[in-house]
Amino acid sequence: MDPLDRHTPMSPQLALRVATIGGIALVLFAIILFRLWYLQVLSGPQYVQLANINRVRDVPIQAPRGDIVDRSGNQIVGSRQAVAVQIDQSELPAGAAARLALYTRLGRVIGMKPAAIRTIMHSKTNVPYANVTIKVDAGERALVELKENQNLFPGVAISPVYVRAYKYGDLAAQVLGNVGSISPSELKDPRFKGVPETGVVGQGGLELQYDQFLRGTDGVQRVQVDSEGLPTGAPLHETAPTQGHELKLSVDLGLEQEGYRALQTGESLAQGNGNAGDAGAFVALDPRNGQVLAIGSLPSYNPTIYTHPVTPAEQALLSSPTAPLLDRATDGAYPTGSTFKLVTAMAALQDGLTTASTPFDDTGCITVGRDHEKFCNAGNPPEVLGLLTMPTAIQESSDLYFFTLGEDANPQGPIIQSWARKFGFGRSTGIDLPGEFAGVVPDAAWLKNVEAQQYRCLKKYGKAGPATCGYISDPTRTWVTGDNMHFAIGQGDFLATPLQLAVAYSTLFEDGKVPTPHLGLAIDDNDGRLIQKIDPPPARTIKFSRANQQVIEQGLHAAAQSPGGTSYDVFGSFPRPVYGKTGTAQHAVGSDDQAWYVAYAPDPNRPIVIALTIEKGGFGDQSAAPAVRLMLSQWFGIAKKVVKGSSQTL
Amino acid sequence: MNTTPIQSGEMPTIANPRSIALPFDPLLMLAAFGLAVCSLVALGGATAGHYYTERQGIYFAVGIVLMTVLSRIDYSRLRELKYGLYAILLGSILLVLGLGRSTLGATREISLPFFSFQASELGKILLIVFLASTVVDRSRRLSQRDTTARVMLLAIGPAMLVIAQPDLGSGMVYVVVALAILFVAGTSWKHLTALITLGIVSIAFVLVAAPAAGVHVLKPYQLDRLTAFLHPTDNPAQQGYQQIQSKIAIGSGQKTGRGNAATQTKLKFVPEDQTDFIFAVIGEQYGFVGAALVLSLYALLIWRTLRILTIAKNLFGALIAGGIVAMFMFQVFVNVGMTVGIMPITGVTLPLLSYGGSSVLTTFLALGLLQSIYVQARTSAALKGRVLRF
Repeated sequence: MDPLDRHTPMSPQLALRVATIGGIALVLFAIILFRLWYLQVLSGPQYVQLANINRVRDVPIQAPRGDIVDRSGNQIVGSRQAVAVQIDQSELPAGAAARLALYTRLGRVIGMKPAAIRTIMHSKTNVPYANVTIKVDAGERALVELKENQNLFPGVAISPVYVRAYKYGDLAAQVLGNVGSISPSELKDPRFKGVPETGVVGQGGLELQYDQFLRGTDGVQRVQVDSEGLPTGAPLHETAPTQGHELKLSVDLGLEQEGYRALQTGESLAQGNGNAGDAGAFVALDPRNGQVLAIGSLPSYNPTIYTHPVTPAEQALLSSPTAPLLDRATDGAYPTGSTFKLVTAMAALQDGLTTASTPFDDTGCITVGRDHEKFCNAGNPPEVLGLLTMPTAIQESSDLYFFTLGEDANPQGPIIQSWARKFGFGRSTGIDLPGEFAGVVPDAAWLKNVEAQQYRCLKKYGKAGPATCGYISDPTRTWVTGDNMHFAIGQGDFLATPLQLAVAYSTLFEDGKVPTPHLGLAIDDNDGRLIQKIDPPPARTIKFSRANQQVIEQGLHAAAQSPGGTSYDVFGSFPRPVYGKTGTAQHAVGSDDQAWYVAYAPDPNRPIVIALTIEKGGFGDQSAAPAVRLMLSQWFGIAKKVVKGSSQTL
Repeated sequence: MNTTPIQSGEMPTIANPRSIALPFDPLLMLAAFGLAVCSLVALGGATAGHYYTERQGIYFAVGIVLMTVLSRIDYSRLRELKYGLYAILLGSILLVLGLGRSTLGATREISLPFFSFQASELGKILLIVFLASTVVDRSRRLSQRDTTARVMLLAIGPAMLVIAQPDLGSGMVYVVVALAILFVAGTSWKHLTALITLGIVSIAFVLVAAPAAGVHVLKPYQLDRLTAFLHPTDNPAQQGYQQIQSKIAIGSGQKTGRGNAATQTKLKFVPEDQTDFIFAVIGEQYGFVGAALVLSLYALLIWRTLRILTIAKNLFGALIAGGIVAMFMFQVFVNVGMTVGIMPITGVTLPLLSYGGSSVLTTFLALGLLQSIYVQARTSAALKGRVLRF
């Protein structure tokens, strides 16, 4: 036996060491008990509070947005409940490889490329606590597979969401706008006050303009949750979501749909004449109050693509040079050609450049200035219209007549420009849409200002500047008579939108009352009760003599419905009175002309002004006027007939 | 042969042969069973369903059988197996390093059909028995530096291996156990002071100097966890999170606990609340009263272990008891200290309370050894006509 392997009495040394261990144990227990006393007895109430905050989460319940309906209550935009596959970023596995593996697994189930999922995730890293929607309407089979294998898909959630439903596809897409998750910068925007981080708000068009009414109020479900945020049992408390209010538009669905059809017809007519005619816009106003009866822009897009993450192919389409996102009716910057002659005529009559009966001999061409610049009517050889007065000059759309007015006006200063501004050009119309092009009314002061800007720009960016720096290719240009002459026929540096043109014509026929165009008619609650009527007062009232007004109206009426009028072959057979003006705006050499038509149709109950343009549509009478005839037929319930014009006047 | 009683004070007047009929220390059993009941109650309160409670109950049953078997064996015979035990210790740890499956970034287990076995847990007992026999073998040369160094190196070797698994907590237990065995054996204060100084210097090296030089001895998460308790709110979503939630749980228990209204542990705000953070469950659901009860059961356990240390019939038994008492004290203080926010997060389990077969069985093996030491002490005393008091 090992000598030490025997019963040994406890030596004093061992006793001391055992006592030391016992002493250490005593001290350690004392430390822990004091700590427990401090935590549980002294600070207990404070920790109870912390624990209570911990276990309750407020889970937002998305409120469906309000519908957008036409003036008779026909739904144009609704809401639909859909199932979204979302990823909670805070629950994602760590490490790029693990994430990619997850995206690959998920992509296989929902039919997406892992790279596409990663792109979506990367685009949303600025909102770290919001779930990122990867796919909406993934299909029943995919959802079942995801639910049954939740452990394979960490961070992947399946949540009900409301998405916008567009019954009429691409109809009025640019005007309606779309909705999307609120961005960090939008959260700071006062107009989105009270919207939670996970909120969905209007991202453009009417959805943005009327967001505060359409949005609704999200509900809140107070649930007891575990540390993974998963609810444990029934909700403690629930505030139901309130659907957003209904936005009733002044738009007439029938006219709106006809507008798109008519514009397409106009485009095919233009193409039949060998023009490109691939884009255009229309606006129909009630001239009395500015209610927009129809508005549209082509090419368009189907806003449904914004209800799910936009794919690269869709993004390419949206950002293509055809600019389907551009609302050409309110944002298209165009020279309006002869349709502008209304303003030149009014300026000339009001400021005494001429009278209604002053004769003018149209010889086809005139030569102006030291440089002997030649100004001619259209046609080769230039058309010679002979003896004209104001009404016949409008009826036959003599460029020479209005060139001369521009020449005569120039020494007296910006007379025509001042009338253009009165009629609403070069300024915002005040329509209830975000982003509206104010247009350009050019004069000597404007040119000087632009040149100064261009000079500053060139100085800043160097020689690379000219393409991006301004509107003028020759920075040493000064305002000359010729500029005023081009402006007098709606050319040169003049830029306006179809909406501005409709407002200007409304002003003439409503005796100087400049309407504020608006799409919203009323905000109703979900039971159809009126919350707010939308009826903005006229922007201003301008003064012109009744006699001058009648002279111009007479010319416009004759242009549409008297033999020799520029659009007589389109509207001569129309069974109602029409006042109309063609326009054919010239662009750069070699590019097709832009076709315009503006019409006013009087009616005691439903008067209407329609402005319609087709880019690269050729002569106004040949493509734009027939389209406007179709719209007027729809509005007044007349059999629709495509009547091709043949006039090659401007 | 020394015949003086090992216990001074009152001597029993009657030699009662029946006293050896009770083949275990009842107070040690009371402490162990009390803690086992607390564990089952806490698991029932912390987890939904009966999965954890049932499994833990089975572990306890198996553990009690193992303990009973071991208590009937004379522990002294384990000395013959010391190299075999050390080989099992190193072999199982290396096997885990080689084949073990990865859980939560850690490879600590050998998967068996019914449960995953954590080699580093059993290793604690193997190491205690092995080191105790080594010290006994060299007990005449205890004052030599060589003995102290050899014992420490024999412990640090496996400790480094389990730290590499990575299981920092068990690695530290190995080192503490070795120190305790040397301490009980009577290693000189000079050696012990040198060891502790060396320990402090190497900790400083691992935590401060080596990372600064670009050498990472510990995994980043280990370093984070070790230092997070110093500033828990720096990173509430990560390392500090567990500790903040645990403190909220325990603090909100107040004097008498929240019972079924508890939320921190019932709703899993405290992670790993069935294993490493089970003390938070007791603290929240039964308050200061419950926590104090559990701590007194541990005090009883430690007191009885120390008592068994003092009555052991030989140095081997005393050293084993010394190793076990150090293991208990270290694990209780580090684990509870971690849940109340005064110690770093190291993944040390709370003996008998934490859910887990490896931990429970290891603790019962330790208890079996203690009972064997107790039984042997009483038997040998009875043979010499003496009766030991409790």
